[in-house]
Amino acid sequence: MNRLPSWLIVWCAGVYAFLHIPILVLVLFSFNDSKFSVAWEGFTLKWYARLWERQDIVDGLVASLWVATTSTLIATVLGTLLALALARGAFPGRRWLEMLLYVPVVTPEIVVGISLLVLFVAMGLPLGLTTVVIAHVAFNLTYVVVVVLARLAGMDRSLEEAAMVLGADEVTTFWRITVPQLFPGILSGAMLAFTMSFDDYVITSFVTGPGSGTLPVVVYTMVRKNIEPSINAISTLVLVGTVILVTLADRWGRNRPLAGP
Amino acid sequence: MNRSPRRAVLAWFAARPGWRAFGLAGPAVVWLLAFFLIPLGLMLGTSVMPRGVYGGVEWGFTFEHYGRFADRMYLSILWRTAQDAGITTLICLLMGYPVAYVIARSGPWKNFLLFLVVLPFWTSFLVRTFAMIFLLRDTGLINAMLLRFGLIAEPIQMLYTPWAVLVGLVYGFLPFMVLPIYASLEKMDWTLLEAAEVLGARPAARFLRITLPLSLPGVAAGCCLVFIPSLGSFLTSDLLGGAKQILIGNLVQNQFTSARNWPFGSAASFVLMAVVLVGVMVWQRIRDADERAI
Amino acid sequence: MDDVVEFVRVSKTFAAYRAVDNISFEVRRGEFFSILGPSGCGKTTTLRLLAGFEQPDADGGEVRLLGERVNERRPYERQIAMVFQSYALFPHLSVERNVAFGLEMRAVSASDVPKRVAAALELVRLDPGVFGRRMPAQLSGGQRQRVALARALVLEPALLLLDEPLGAIDLKLRKEMQFELKQLNRQLGTTFVYVTHDQEEALTMSDRIAVMSNSRIAQLGSPAEIYENPRTPFVARFIGESNFLEGTAVEPDGEGWLVVDDGGHRWHLPAGPGVAGGRRVSVAVRPEWLDLFRPGETPAGENVLPGIVRDVVYLGETLHVVVRVAPERDLTVALRNEGQLARPLPWARGDAVHLGWLPGDSQVLEAD
Repeated sequence: MNRLPSWLIVWCAGVYAFLHIPILVLVLFSFNDSKFSVAWEGFTLKWYARLWERQDIVDGLVASLWVATTSTLIATVLGTLLALALARGAFPGRRWLEMLLYVPVVTPEIVVGISLLVLFVAMGLPLGLTTVVIAHVAFNLTYVVVVVLARLAGMDRSLEEAAMVLGADEVTTFWRITVPQLFPGILSGAMLAFTMSFDDYVITSFVTGPGSGTLPVVVYTMVRKNIEPSINAISTLVLVGTVILVTLADRWGRNRPLAGP
Repeated sequence: MNRSPRRAVLAWFAARPGWRAFGLAGPAVVWLLAFFLIPLGLMLGTSVMPRGVYGGVEWGFTFEHYGRFADRMYLSILWRTAQDAGITTLICLLMGYPVAYVIARSGPWKNFLLFLVVLPFWTSFLVRTFAMIFLLRDTGLINAMLLRFGLIAEPIQMLYTPWAVLVGLVYGFLPFMVLPIYASLEKMDWTLLEAAEVLGARPAARFLRITLPLSLPGVAAGCCLVFIPSLGSFLTSDLLGGAKQILIGNLVQNQFTSARNWPFGSAASFVLMAVVLVGVMVWQRIRDADERAI
Repeated sequence: MDDVVEFVRVSKTFAAYRAVDNISFEVRRGEFFSILGPSGCGKTTTLRLLAGFEQPDADGGEVRLLGERVNERRPYERQIAMVFQSYALFPHLSVERNVAFGLEMRAVSASDVPKRVAAALELVRLDPGVFGRRMPAQLSGGQRQRVALARALVLEPALLLLDEPLGAIDLKLRKEMQFELKQLNRQLGTTFVYVTHDQEEALTMSDRIAVMSNSRIAQLGSPAEIYENPRTPFVARFIGESNFLEGTAVEPDGEGWLVVDDGGHRWHLPAGPGVAGGRRVSVAVRPEWLDLFRPGETPAGENVLPGIVRDVVYLGETLHVVVRVAPERDLTVALRNEGQLARPLPWARGDAVHLGWLPGDSQVLEAD
């Protein structure tokens, strides 16, 4: 194979720098002992300490974790069942269902948020964390379905048939064969749902009520108001949390081979 | 035959695949209908109803909100949005294609390089946008460095300019361009290039006549994945563009917050949806044409 | 009750496609029964109907297991065992746990499970101490095959279904496994229903073979019946090689008929159900039952066809001589190779020869 030309490698190094330097700088300056200056004035952890003193951030974190966990659980269960229905052959209305699934993918976030706001107001449902969870499930579901469906496509159908011939009924087969086989897919679907839910600002901002801001809503307000190193600190924490989560999910998922060699 | 109640239920469903599918898909379908399709329908309804005196919605039917898009001001917002999304897509393509190509040909480094592209994708969009503010603002790192080295006498205004919005959009959506292009390049049979070389094709010809055409489905998917969210983005322009760089997303948001004109906001949303759908249809055309060609 | 399986006019339709069309057969207790046919002939659907993965059409006849109608029974209500083409070993369970799965499902008492698992593994000649704890991904293809077999046999089923289980392993191991499967069938007395597209495999192992074509059973019989007495051109062509001749029966001739073929040659045919004066007949003759002679030297009592040698193909054990006879038809003669260096064939390309065969070796075929 031919070697890659050096200008190409330089170009790519530039793109990688563009992708990562802003984040690295952000993390670095969360440890800078200066409120306003971008000059380095020594190492400190005080911006992290300050996060715990701010009730709105702690509340936001709790709200975000609750919303992300709940919506992920619902979306994962519903999405996995839907993926199973789609993988198990033809049924009436299947084409309509596939189209319905792709509506969330092509709808801009802001439209999702606003249309749900219109719905909740029309229904007279008070805005709060419950409405946020409902909204997050609505936009996460499709992603769970797509990820689980991909894993199902790679799964050998005869595994389930083998279990049934060996005497396991459909429910036993599902728990003892299908779920362990699908687990990596379900896990990555859930991961995707969790991060999207945890990160979402746009949709949340429309369907949340006063006093129930998730972390992104709180951070957004901080960014709008005045920029201080606490934002760097909270960003760094979110970043580290995400990287740990992604790495763990990758580990768990990778240890389980699909059927065959 | 004697069956336990559980097995009797299972046997009933097994004999009726349609009902089984309905039972599995039902909850999710109800959720999607109730919290996705019906809201869109309600919004469509709102968009053709007159605005109430105190900002609410009144019963009636009117196209006036859509009519407002003939207005020069709104047309220019629409145009600027499409333009920004288009330029973002182009820049992402120029930056992302070489990266996807290098990853696909990097052998043992492949997984690591791919991981580096995926990492920002998993990172909070808000955090990444803030990282850009941190670099670009008047007291930001770039201005501070330039001042420090005496390259400029006073800070250059970078934040709250059209350029900042573009940089932010590219920064936000670049991974969406790289991944699908990588996926299509990865599937490519590299011996094709050797075959072309044996037939006398020079590097440029090999790229233009073999690699590029074969990766077009990935390019189309990548462009679609960047173009659509760029069209609907409002966070980037909101935080990096300031009040002047209003895109259609910001227009929609304003109608639902400060302006309290829900019908017009709904109409604007559907105009946005329409533009997005045109984009999706163009992409599907390209994809279908490509499938037919193969 | 000596029939383990009965298919009574069974049909299965998918959308508009009839995958199994009104087939009937019985499988006797302890028998090694093969369903043989090309891909798409309906053999896999037949097996799936038997396993319970598919149900016959509403008016599609009856599937009976051990004398009971089982059309509506789920696979787990049928007390059968099956070995899959892909082996279908559960990748997340060790060899032991794979083999134990069926015992656990059938609520065998926990204290018996390890003993029976070990015995089953030994039966397929895998050392439980060595392989028990391994994961399927750590096994070779042949070992996986054996585990799949142990997992099925541990249940001591009355009926074992095998879906092309030897398709994925290499030739040498395949021969070995063929022998072992046949041994197990005899030793355990278990009824085997074996689906394959490999005619040699079916001939070697089976007590009886059902040859399927176009969703129907083309012929059912012992390997010798199928090979030596094919009923249709499809069977004659699919199992082994055959030469085909067509002509018209013109007049009775002793115990048989005199036939004038399309090349104008006259030969004899024994009397049989499909033969009557003036009827078209289609006849198959196996290459090894044809012999070659110099013109005029054919022994009395044999049919004779004059021809020209077109080609001699060296196959090692045998030699195939391709002879062109009128009208434009190539027939193959298989001759035992007696050593081409020491005793070369007396025929070369272009030689005029006479083909000879005994009238009794001609098989009259029905239409497909």
